[in-house]
Amino acid sequence: MDWTFTFISLAKILGVIFVIVLPLVSYTVYAERRISAIIQDRVGPNRTGFPLTVLGFKKDLVLPLGGLGQPIADAMKFILKEDFTPASVNKFYYWLAPCLAMAPAMLTIAVVPFGSTLFGVPMVIANVNIGVLFVFAIASLGVYGIVLAGWSSNSKYPFLGGVRSTSQMISYELSLGLSIIPLFLVMGELNLTKIVEYQIAHGWTIIPFSNLPNFLPGLFDHRAHHVMAYVNWRQILLWVPMFISFVVFTISIFAETNRLPFDLPEAETELVAGYHTEYSSMKFALFFLGEYAAMITGCSIIVTLFLGGWYVPFIPDGTHGWVWGLVNIAVFFGKVSALLLFFIWIRWTLPRFRYDQLMRLGWIYLFEIALVNVILTAGILAIPQSWFS
Amino acid sequence: MAITIQRPNLTLKEKMYFPAILGGLATTIRHAFRMLTGKTHVAMQYPEEKWDSHLPAYYRGAPALVKDEHGRERCVACQLCEFICPPRAIKITPGEIPEGDKFRKVEKYPEAFDIDMIRCIYCGLCEEVCPEAAIFLQKDYAITGESRGEMVHHKEKLYELGGLKTGLVHKWNDKK
Repeated sequence: MDWTFTFISLAKILGVIFVIVLPLVSYTVYAERRISAIIQDRVGPNRTGFPLTVLGFKKDLVLPLGGLGQPIADAMKFILKEDFTPASVNKFYYWLAPCLAMAPAMLTIAVVPFGSTLFGVPMVIANVNIGVLFVFAIASLGVYGIVLAGWSSNSKYPFLGGVRSTSQMISYELSLGLSIIPLFLVMGELNLTKIVEYQIAHGWTIIPFSNLPNFLPGLFDHRAHHVMAYVNWRQILLWVPMFISFVVFTISIFAETNRLPFDLPEAETELVAGYHTEYSSMKFALFFLGEYAAMITGCSIIVTLFLGGWYVPFIPDGTHGWVWGLVNIAVFFGKVSALLLFFIWIRWTLPRFRYDQLMRLGWIYLFEIALVNVILTAGILAIPQSWFS
Repeated sequence: MAITIQRPNLTLKEKMYFPAILGGLATTIRHAFRMLTGKTHVAMQYPEEKWDSHLPAYYRGAPALVKDEHGRERCVACQLCEFICPPRAIKITPGEIPEGDKFRKVEKYPEAFDIDMIRCIYCGLCEEVCPEAAIFLQKDYAITGESRGEMVHHKEKLYELGGLKTGLVHKWNDKK
């Protein structure tokens, strides 16, 4: 056993989970509340600060954007609440379900390359060849948390929520998996790090020719009229199926993470609170945070597959110094945050789908679109290169 | 017998969802933008902004006793307010003005004047009934305390709230 490797991996795990992902989860909740408020012409939580006077300091910390202490206050509240287990529940599964809701979302982060390199260490916890398959395998386990919670609660509303969630997730996993097959046809890779490297060389998946710096030496030399030599017609054609698969994948991620407009498992107006009706205190918080963690994981996958991962044009990678390594990490989580804001924006815009509409969209539209998209991509790839030149 | 509901025939644009979704996103971002640029009128941020400057002249807040220009406490302890007070919040202990005082002819003054602000309903009947124009409802509405005892306004507190009021009719001048 190589101890250096173990310690570096451990440092990466702790760093990603405790320094980046968990704070991101709690502040996504805060962002959700603030953004929902400004969209609905309200103010939102703008009071909670950091009461340093409680800890013996002279003054409270007052920040320009109020309410930043809200996630900490919420956490305190959840910890101090009574953890009530109803008598009629199946205790073992009732306790297991919240863990199963939180753990898969955290596990999936392991294969996502969240930065280039820092001091020569690649910024991915597990650089495995089956990256995307791992993501699907583990992320699908998240449904067990919801199903077990619904079933073990021994109550009708959670049960209905659990049943809905199973059918929803199974329906959308199909289009989720199928929609990115075109990507693998083009790149020939499942390893997420290699997928990012491909996007550095060929431009972001959904924005072709964003690999501008690669052309730069050629663009400004005396053969400037040969700019078209750098533009690949095949890539322009491939942009169409890539964009389709981006749209289908994003919609499926919405459904997979139970976000509105697909939040039928916890439709408040119909199911009280859905699968977590019988849960209280920290167990409820685990479901709640697990949902947001799954959202962050989903966004990281979208960013890695379609939005160039940690890469933006003109910013060098970690081999040019550790500052750039940190910048790459910041860029990655910046993209993830932007996508999270989009998720929140969508949530406070769209109403919930009816159940039959949801099934119809999943099975009749997205699934077929994804299938046709695979064929379309294969067709474009089958065109001989000589036709383009 | 089953009832068949006629579903509306959607156009292609409506079936595609996307135009409607984009329209919705535009609406929400417009609201967010108006909020961020301060164009949306939101609820009063209470502890920082207060009602004080928005209160109408007829606002009925906490009752208080007043003194006039001569420094005389206008209350003559007639106890009419104590009798009229619907929740019986007022309690007056009358005392006699001693011999030799400038206002001896007024005869009575309140030795103690307590208003229990937990009971007070801010009806303003005490102000209406007062023949001496000695008790007025002020605009104070945030009457707080940490115990029941603190919520009883004694005479000193009442005069502190009411202060000095000028321009009232003087019934007890020397010439009268």
